[in-house]
Amino acid sequence: MMVNEPVIFERSVAGRRGYRLPPSDVPARAPSAWLPEEHLRAIPPHLPEVAEFDAVRHYTRLSQLNFSVDTHFYPLGSCTMKYNPKLNERIAALPGLAFVHPLQPEEQVQGTLRLLHELEQLLCAVTGMEAFTLQPAAGAQGELTGLKIIAAYHRRKRRHRSVILIPDSAHGTNPASAALSGFSVVQIKSGPDGLIDLNELKRKLTDDVAALMLTNPNTLGLFEREIKTIARLLHERDALVYMDGANMNALLGVARPGDMGVDLLQLNLHKTFSTPHGGGGPGAGPVGVTKALEEFLPLPRVITRGKRFVWKQEGRASIGRVHGFYGNVGVLVRAYAYIRTLGREGLTRVSEVAIVNANYLKVKLKDVFPVAYNAFCMHEFVVTLKALRAQGVTAWDVAKRLLDHGFYAPTVYFPLIVDEALMIEPTETESKETLDAFALALLTIAQEVKTNPDYVHQAPHRMPVGRIDEVKAAREPNLRWTPSRQFVNA
Amino acid sequence: MDYALNTGEQLQEMLRTIGVASFDELISTVPAELHARRLEIPDGLSEAEVIALGEGLASANRSLAQMTSFLGAGAYHHLIPTVVDALAARGEWLTPYTPYQAEASQGTLQAIYEFQTMICELMQMEVANASLYDGASSVAEAAVLALRATERPRLLISEAVHPHAREVAATYLSGAAAVIQEIPTVDGVTDVEALKKALGQDVAGVIMQQPNVFGCLEPMAQASEAAHRAGGLFIASVYPVSLGILQPPGAYGADIAVAEGRCLGSPVAYGGPGLGLFTTTQALVRRIPGRLAGCSVDQAGRRGYTLTLQTREQHIRREKATSNICTNEGWLALRATIFLSLLGPQGMKELAALNLEKAHYLHQRLRELSWIRPAFDQPFFNEFTVEYEDGIKVDAVNRALARAGMVGGFPLKNWYPARPQASLWCATERISKTQIDALIEALKGVR
Repeated sequence: MMVNEPVIFERSVAGRRGYRLPPSDVPARAPSAWLPEEHLRAIPPHLPEVAEFDAVRHYTRLSQLNFSVDTHFYPLGSCTMKYNPKLNERIAALPGLAFVHPLQPEEQVQGTLRLLHELEQLLCAVTGMEAFTLQPAAGAQGELTGLKIIAAYHRRKRRHRSVILIPDSAHGTNPASAALSGFSVVQIKSGPDGLIDLNELKRKLTDDVAALMLTNPNTLGLFEREIKTIARLLHERDALVYMDGANMNALLGVARPGDMGVDLLQLNLHKTFSTPHGGGGPGAGPVGVTKALEEFLPLPRVITRGKRFVWKQEGRASIGRVHGFYGNVGVLVRAYAYIRTLGREGLTRVSEVAIVNANYLKVKLKDVFPVAYNAFCMHEFVVTLKALRAQGVTAWDVAKRLLDHGFYAPTVYFPLIVDEALMIEPTETESKETLDAFALALLTIAQEVKTNPDYVHQAPHRMPVGRIDEVKAAREPNLRWTPSRQFVNA
Repeated sequence: MDYALNTGEQLQEMLRTIGVASFDELISTVPAELHARRLEIPDGLSEAEVIALGEGLASANRSLAQMTSFLGAGAYHHLIPTVVDALAARGEWLTPYTPYQAEASQGTLQAIYEFQTMICELMQMEVANASLYDGASSVAEAAVLALRATERPRLLISEAVHPHAREVAATYLSGAAAVIQEIPTVDGVTDVEALKKALGQDVAGVIMQQPNVFGCLEPMAQASEAAHRAGGLFIASVYPVSLGILQPPGAYGADIAVAEGRCLGSPVAYGGPGLGLFTTTQALVRRIPGRLAGCSVDQAGRRGYTLTLQTREQHIRREKATSNICTNEGWLALRATIFLSLLGPQGMKELAALNLEKAHYLHQRLRELSWIRPAFDQPFFNEFTVEYEDGIKVDAVNRALARAGMVGGFPLKNWYPARPQASLWCATERISKTQIDALIEALKGVR
């Protein structure tokens, strides 16, 4: 069993150094010779004092406390935790790409500009949209960008539209982004088949609706088969259809949002296009639009002028800037490398294998872990564990017990419309053998719930720590280390 | 080349288990009319071909690995210790997601806890979050927080705050009932008298940047005091590397302090990914946007970490959340944590001193040229503004320098059209005396 690692501050020894800076080669003076006293820092920051090898051992040991895609199956639904190719890292680290300054003149950065321009074209081809911005730094910022575009579209038409329709199965960022953009949210209840209920939609579709935000496939892993009708209903009122592209891993070479009547969408390159999640970012959330919405995209935009690539800075209709520079370029480079590596046939195979993997796992589990809505799923599915409630065991408990079996847990308690939900997304980069082992683990846990429910309820048992007291964490927030927080194990 | 594992034979077997004859049957829920046409994407490539492609694009750039760059203006080219790259490349750091399952994510959670602690120490602030997208979106989120916390409608922002941060804030707030008012500058710093006049009972907060976009040091303490007297919040956007020497925002009473943290151990990467640092006071902790890691205990009383105060967040509060943010910039936060642990208090001080010294040497040498004069008479850290004599074009000077393998100062006319002759020069610890001397020789030849 791994012993817990102290906080790096507890490894600190006065006088230790971890990095040696080059000596000064210019005339040196005391800072006070150049800067008035009022600007000078009185007390140095209390940072740890450690040697290089202290840091190496500490952060290596800490890393070993993590489950990750490289080390464990990570079936986190709607997060598309697929293998992150090492090749992408190599390309992003090329000095010629990693060390360019965002304000260098365009003629000095033609390689990067070409890459960004080509990536936009590739994303257009995959989605059937007509223009992309690469600026949004994550899916949620892409949503925000999309909502600002929706607002700008209606403002251009000189009318006020205040409502965004959002299905009850939507990810929490959708309503939060809508609210941040000044819209009010009206929820659409899902029908008995888990899909958008057309009658419910018609009832709520007033002339105050600016757009519908939907995820397709939705968070149950089901394709919205009435998507074209839905889009038509919205368009009849001159309202827009925004698609959350978080689940695009199901659609590569299967269907294109642009053909479905979607007006704008965001992609999550850290999901579908294999860029690493980094423990929670950086991601990238490019937004694609139809021709009619192109003028509203954030500035600047990369365009061609003759054979050169340049930044277009002007555009009266643009919603403005959403990123400090041009977006998470380092992430965009990785996604570009991925798309070029896979090519047409590789991308098509991604969704094919992802869908087969998900349906296969669903079938393997179906007798013990029924799905909430029974239909062929796309790249993910949601099971309900409400039957375990009789034994006093929750989905959260099963998730924790899965960790003991060496599997990261699926997304738990989401979508909100499914009782005791586990949302499982295997992705295309897991083998049949892994899926079989995972199914066996879940079925074993289901048996254990019958024979020893308390043990499951107390899980995990084989992790570096037992279940963390989250109530205490929230009631007595301890968000930073201080010397008085030197920990003595009870 | 693709990365899927299952063979054709295995897929057939799996389809049989599912009980369908073909993949097409499996996607029968997708209406046939929507079935994609052939994707208009080039054929896939081998690893060697992708490397050649990448190297081709890289060589079409003239990167900072080849050129001597005096550009700053919001993106700074600093040294990155080898250890940062080596540790951060580990798959256990690079490939997990947001640590929803705490017990399987103690490494990431503890690293965030250490990050929050170090950022608090650096900024001398009470609370730091797990990071936001970049410095610009941190300014925007700070503006949103100030409006909500004070329930006042007006924000004052200095025109010497980086224009991109001001633009992002304006985008975030478009459609909201808020007014953003710009405060002018005098001699390169925010006009405190104008600020005082603009303050009132309806002002939610004052946003300033230290050092400001011209490189000048701002009278932060005075501005902070004025903001507080009017009952508004004071929001400081700072440069982390400078805090080895410069007064931290906590010392002048900032209620919110934000920064672009990419300079702490991550490459400039054409401006992204960035690392949004966001800190505030204990009083505002329950309004902070983004993730927070907290220290708690497990069932056996052992120390452990978890994401906490999640009732602020979108996945629970949905449209009532403090922010729509879902991910942070975890991997860059990790790099900053490793960076700060390697540098330590003494290293951060020396790093800041080196920047100060190099920039002052550059400033002194540039002034030797008769056609260059300082634009302002203000103290500065590692960046400053000069103006060229009429008739000498900033872009033309930079073109000449580019031929000599150098990237000259940033033409400020792009952001401040009233300053056609102004150029913003930066020297970090990466710049040597020899390079500065060579620059001066090259500039002598320009005229």
